[in-house]
Amino acid sequence: MTATPPPPMSLLAELTHRCPLQCPYCANPVELETRARELDIATWIRVFEEAAAMGVLQVHFSGGEPMAFQGLPELVQAASRLGLYTNLITSGVLLTAETLKPLYDAGLDHVQLSFQDADPNEAERIGGMAGAQAKKLEAARLVTEAGLPLTLNFVIHRQNISNVPAMLNMAEQLKARRVEIAHTQYYGWGLKNRDALLPSRAQLEETEEAVAQARLRFGSRITVDFVTPDYYADQPKPCMGGWGQKFINISPAGAVLPCHAAESIPGLTFPSVKDSSLEEIWYRSPLFTLYRGTDWMPAPCRSCSQKEIDWGGCRCQALALTGNAGNTDPVCKQAPGHSAIQQAIADRPETPPPLIYRRYGNIKTTG
Amino acid sequence: MTQADGTFSASTVLRFARGTRLQFDRVRERWFIQAPERVFLVDNIAAEILQLADGERSLGDISTILHEKFTAPYDVILADVLRMTRDLAEKQVLQTV
Repeated sequence: MTATPPPPMSLLAELTHRCPLQCPYCANPVELETRARELDIATWIRVFEEAAAMGVLQVHFSGGEPMAFQGLPELVQAASRLGLYTNLITSGVLLTAETLKPLYDAGLDHVQLSFQDADPNEAERIGGMAGAQAKKLEAARLVTEAGLPLTLNFVIHRQNISNVPAMLNMAEQLKARRVEIAHTQYYGWGLKNRDALLPSRAQLEETEEAVAQARLRFGSRITVDFVTPDYYADQPKPCMGGWGQKFINISPAGAVLPCHAAESIPGLTFPSVKDSSLEEIWYRSPLFTLYRGTDWMPAPCRSCSQKEIDWGGCRCQALALTGNAGNTDPVCKQAPGHSAIQQAIADRPETPPPLIYRRYGNIKTTG
Repeated sequence: MTQADGTFSASTVLRFARGTRLQFDRVRERWFIQAPERVFLVDNIAAEILQLADGERSLGDISTILHEKFTAPYDVILADVLRMTRDLAEKQVLQTV
């Protein structure tokens, strides 16, 4: 008998997959949704009402670029009125004084702004958008000028890793309250570009040192969140805090997912907010119960003392590297598939190959 | 006023930083603090203190109110208030006015 799962804490609302940037490590699935399939405003508001009633505390507006979604201020206002904490996860390239004001007035609580690098030329090469850096710097200024708390997000890989100290300085100069130094996770687009992105262990150690120094310098002024590249970790990450334990992710078309990459797992049915209530999906759908808890676990996990800490790691990574989402995450040293990680590190080329950019046109041709 | 060493005193006045707030969760029936991309659970004693942190009352004022409400010694309450608020200031939840 499995205990009743806890209510969800957080909802990631992926409003659209449209985005002016083309980052080659994008967390979106490789098969991007088109605008025609996006949920409408009324459906999103109904979803937020259901989420708040269930115990969701925070809504993260994401994408693609959530500011490309017409009606974002209405969604922020609806979520805010329901007592939900509203977080905008944006590239900033569509953020101007004119577009920020309605969001601020709607009760927006926090902005997480992504930068691809501290160096403008490199940032624009990686993001695939000329002129992006100046727009982002202006967005940061507007956010803090409005008095909103700002988090800077940097996704780290071998091509920008030497600039981590400069990124941390940028967080200070831009008056950010938090900064995320988040190593790329290797599934979806990141996996396609793994050889171009995976750093060496020595590079990783340099970032750990830079982060440690910045934490000493910043004290309580700026929080530094560091996400390690799990290929170099000893234990798998507790992906999403465990399948169906804390997070609900909703795709632009309304699929309700335990994580943003779950649609990569074949043979599953993905419930939609168009057909069922969020409560029904969270507590009773086959998708959410499939890998929830510990009953599904294979041998090395089942007898492991960490099983309710790392929850067996990431299902999508297990799928991508072992062919079966029900296997132990191969990052784990106990996992039968661990050699796939060691092999990827050993096969890492000296010179990074060209980037495969995240574009609608690159969906099938790169697979 | 904040002391030179960064500790708080009875005259310190605090408020929630923009982007943080105290909230009662009706589903879980407990208090918590909403903050950028995280949630802090708050026990009932801390919630009593934080509900009074309005940017106008000093920590001494808050301790007096709680001393009268719970008939506990003022000095004991003030020590708890100083310790708890200092911790939350370090987490960027509270800031001095």
